[in-house]
Amino acid sequence: MPFISNTEEQQQEMLTACGVKSFDELISTIPKKFIHHDRCSLEDAYSELEITRKMNALAAKNTADFNSFLGAGIYDHFIPAAVDHMLLRPEFLTAYTPYQAEVSQGTLQYIYEYQSLICELTGMEIANAGMYDGATACAEAILMAVRKTRKTKAIVCGSVNPLYLRVIQVYTEGQGVEIVVIPSKNGVVDTDALAAAIDDKTASVLLQTPNFFGNIENAFAVEKLVHASKKALFIVAVDPISLAVLNAPGEYNADIVVGEGQSLGNSMNFGGPLFGFFAAKASLVRNMPGRIVGATLDADGKTSYVLTLQAREQHIRRGKATSNICSSDQLCSLAATVYMCLMGPAGLKEVAEQSTTKAHYLAGKIAALDGYAMASDQPFFKEFAITTPRPAAEIVEVLKDKKIFAGVDLSPFGNPDMLLIAVTEKKTRTDLDALVAALQEVNNG
Amino acid sequence: MANLIFEMHAPGRKGYTLPKNDVPTPIATCIPQNYSRTAPLRLPEVSELDVMRHFIELSQLNHFIEKGFYPLGSCTMKYNPKINETLVRNPGWNNIHPLQPQDTVQGALEAMYDLQRDLAEIAGFAVATLQPVAGAQGEFTGLKVIAAYHKHNGDTHKTKILLPDSAHGTNPASAFMSGFEIVELPSNDKGMVDLEALKAAIDENVAGFMLTNPNTLGIFESQIEEISRLVHSVGGLMYMDGANFNALMGLVKPGEIGFDVMHYNLHKSFATPHGGGGPGSGAVGVREDLVKFLPYPMVTKEGSQYVLSNNDQETSIGKVHAFYGNFGVNLRAYIYIKMQGADGIMRVSRNAIINANYIMRKLEKYYHVPFNDNCMHEFVASGEWQKEKYGIKTLDIAKRILDKGYHAPTIYFPLIVHEAMMIEPTETESKETLDAFIQAMIDIAKECEETPELVKNAPQNTPIRRVDDTLAVRQLNLHYTW
Repeated sequence: MPFISNTEEQQQEMLTACGVKSFDELISTIPKKFIHHDRCSLEDAYSELEITRKMNALAAKNTADFNSFLGAGIYDHFIPAAVDHMLLRPEFLTAYTPYQAEVSQGTLQYIYEYQSLICELTGMEIANAGMYDGATACAEAILMAVRKTRKTKAIVCGSVNPLYLRVIQVYTEGQGVEIVVIPSKNGVVDTDALAAAIDDKTASVLLQTPNFFGNIENAFAVEKLVHASKKALFIVAVDPISLAVLNAPGEYNADIVVGEGQSLGNSMNFGGPLFGFFAAKASLVRNMPGRIVGATLDADGKTSYVLTLQAREQHIRRGKATSNICSSDQLCSLAATVYMCLMGPAGLKEVAEQSTTKAHYLAGKIAALDGYAMASDQPFFKEFAITTPRPAAEIVEVLKDKKIFAGVDLSPFGNPDMLLIAVTEKKTRTDLDALVAALQEVNNG
Repeated sequence: MANLIFEMHAPGRKGYTLPKNDVPTPIATCIPQNYSRTAPLRLPEVSELDVMRHFIELSQLNHFIEKGFYPLGSCTMKYNPKINETLVRNPGWNNIHPLQPQDTVQGALEAMYDLQRDLAEIAGFAVATLQPVAGAQGEFTGLKVIAAYHKHNGDTHKTKILLPDSAHGTNPASAFMSGFEIVELPSNDKGMVDLEALKAAIDENVAGFMLTNPNTLGIFESQIEEISRLVHSVGGLMYMDGANFNALMGLVKPGEIGFDVMHYNLHKSFATPHGGGGPGSGAVGVREDLVKFLPYPMVTKEGSQYVLSNNDQETSIGKVHAFYGNFGVNLRAYIYIKMQGADGIMRVSRNAIINANYIMRKLEKYYHVPFNDNCMHEFVASGEWQKEKYGIKTLDIAKRILDKGYHAPTIYFPLIVHEAMMIEPTETESKETLDAFIQAMIDIAKECEETPELVKNAPQNTPIRRVDDTLAVRQLNLHYTW
């Protein structure tokens, strides 16, 4: 019997100790007609060896070894081996949420360290223990701004990842929030349109930089527009790797900083689990969603860590909580913590620089090909959009046969002749040149 | 306590290696200077050995399933099979990108398709979405489905969600987030839904009723037929919080007893690890006519091909995750279901129920059990006797349990029981473990009588003693300062 310890004899012995003759007597509160005595239509049980064969056979139907330029929020960055060794430690893997601080200092202290690392990276004053992912972190940031400002208009720059926008809409519609999307111009937000949209009803402006197209937004200019309105909060979504080379949001006076944390030591996993980081100015701490760890002392005066400001949360505040979030994606933030410590400032900078320079090398080569051009002339980080001589969907299809994932076809997002190409430090010159050659060939052929 | 990793910093020390950049270009030619970071990047500079020693030192301060028993009510801290961790690390699973062409991820889509159906089969629904990543997000998704259903029918007046006062805190929080008005109903003297209160609250504006079954007292809501008849009579839908589904697996199908929507907690009932607070998965099952409202995409089968289908995009509530939810977690649950099979699933609930009743009967002489009919997979005891006689609070007892090498039960929940201690052993624990825990609880009851100070000053044997929560709030210290 898989994963059940008690023998049939022990079960019977325990039933007797409960004062019943049979299991059916024990569950007599359930109306009889609801009880299934027959087996459901699941398959018969697989043994460990059989499930290993089945899962490995299924995994073999997935392609994991192509020369891939896919991004759009999920990136294939290098992960040092030590990260996964830590994730496999049952001390972290099978522990519950650290409500009992006396037996959870391991989890609590690493979350405190994680919060510290996120504050350093973003240049912000406070960070929570993490959210589900980048998309919900954006949505929760907007809800937080709505609560804080008591305004209901939330502006989202149209260059924000459209997959995030869909989640934002679902999360905010029940709260009577009006989402206003500002169009893009030449690959970045149209600041004239943005300036015109911001008014005294505005709760927040969400900017993503680098944005969905990989372009670096002029956050300094946007900040001035946002804070020209008295109350509006400036929410910025960032790629954490980019912050090793790009301005920290604290430098341009962001109020709330969120982002997808997967790039920090987490595998792609077909898009999940992910985790969202969430940082802010200290004055906003009581409006934060999610768990927060703080330092304190124990009864002997020893430094200890504990979940704090819990009065914001659903298990205390119920319907009036800052969010319904309970279990989040905590273990993914352990991966991020270990990753950031291993890489350190030099490693993170090298990852960011290699990704950037390789992306720029590739962009230069592709833009020089007949029929291809950069979709905009904005500065970009590790990802960029190109216009293609044939529908991007066709190019993706043809290059797949050459064992290349050419990038994300942007036709589902309204740009049929555009390909979004992401590059990480893992790419070699050979990988990059292979894409260039294949793109050239697909145009000529 | 352990040092912070920041305190191990030595400038110039490295914990990584990377290949040399084979397309070297000065970064300044790529990123304009006015976009370049000027703030210092003060991450610790440590070696790989420093990192391993540090986090292993931290790990030793945690309680976890392989170390000891976790009788944490409503959390279903069952054993998490090791084979799951091995299999999901195949690059064919963990190194695939969510936007790859669909014919290059047929194995992933097949597993998702199969899991959508297996979960539905186990709970009696048409199909389940795998997109919600946690129980609370499952609730939010299910409630949005209910809202979309009423809107689709033109019933925009349906704005109220009913829920009992024994509900998890996430229930009202999710109802609020999804835009509903919350009506909380009192429980009756048996700890169940009070039918009279329900009748009084039922009207045309009721959108749905959120119920945990078995409820948070570990009691099966035996009037479920009447409850769902009442709610359905005004066009409302029945939502089941599946936090306690471990009690029903293979035994009762919620879809057959009146529920229209339910979220599963795969990190509870389906043995995926809690990870110190996630990642979990909050899949949502629905009856046939609600499928079109589920988040898109669903995985469907066209001929021999599995596809991510956006067919219902028009009616769907939209998306709650940028991609397909916590795929890696869902895979673990999938492996678990396959290893249990039809027979194994039935043994889960059976043993979970026997184990809980066994502890309850052995402890009811020592601790007050306010609702002591046979329970399902968990029961709620109370520290009320100890409080009255010896001035010892449930919090003290919980801390003394830590001293004995166990995790504490869930305490002060549900709110309707004073000094509550909610105990859920799960099916994976042996009688020997339960007997040892029972003895520890009996010993603590004696200590309350004979050496109350010992209990009041617990814990003594844990890595730290009780923490000062007030100090943590008064002098907020949320990060290290260099």
